[in-house]
Amino acid sequence: MLTQEEWMGALNARHGKERQEKFSRAVVAVCGLGGLGSNVAIALARAGIGKLILIDFDRVDVTNLNRQQYKASQLGMNKTEALAQNLREINPFIRLETHAVRISEENAQELLQEADVVCEAFDVPEAKAMLVNFVLENMPEKYLVAGSGMAGFGSPNTIQTRRITGRFYLCGDTVSDVNDGIGLVCARVMVCAAHEAHTILRLLANEIE
Amino acid sequence: MVKINGEDRDVAGMTVTEYLASTDYNPKRVAVERNGEIVFKAQYDETTLEDGDTVEVVSFVGGG
Repeated sequence: MLTQEEWMGALNARHGKERQEKFSRAVVAVCGLGGLGSNVAIALARAGIGKLILIDFDRVDVTNLNRQQYKASQLGMNKTEALAQNLREINPFIRLETHAVRISEENAQELLQEADVVCEAFDVPEAKAMLVNFVLENMPEKYLVAGSGMAGFGSPNTIQTRRITGRFYLCGDTVSDVNDGIGLVCARVMVCAAHEAHTILRLLANEIE
Repeated sequence: MVKINGEDRDVAGMTVTEYLASTDYNPKRVAVERNGEIVFKAQYDETTLEDGDTVEVVSFVGGG
């Protein structure tokens, strides 16, 4: 049986004790648990982030399995519940708060209050814009990491992270739109999710401007 | 001139709403930053772009 001491020892050895303490204290809200959010959450759980707030109203569907971190055995489950199960299998010590709701301007403040970093990981562009504008307008003290442009079979090298303003960072190629009829492919979505997750870790460790 | 996403545009005097309407941007899919500050959505109608402003329009695309 894995002990918390062994787990923390392994993380401290890889990330450095000082950095790991920042990760262990951190709270990150993952908004949307699809191809971006489920992959971001797994990377953050493996890095030993203290607490994740997982938010998604949707259930696991067969069309998700090509890129999202769910299993065939989890079809029909709430994504919040399925992902929490998978994250706890990876990191039994992570604290999780799940909300199977749709984020809106009415409930965002309450859902995101505790987070040090808000990760935007929706798929619908209007929802992305709503959340980003809400956080920038109402919660300017939060770090905000969003994703836009990761569909298709284009080069993974066009996916980048850019600081837009203040505490707002945008990951993606900014143009590859799933609505143009190009599908979402696991590896390229994971590249964008990895940009988001790694940017979050660098922000928490104060290793980014 | 107003620098928008790195390019000089002759749009000084237009409001954010008017500028967006003159482009292909969907106002429901954007976040607009002006001189390093977010422009509140409710203020797009009243915010006039001025000569020398630096503007960033982030336009979200689908997929995630």
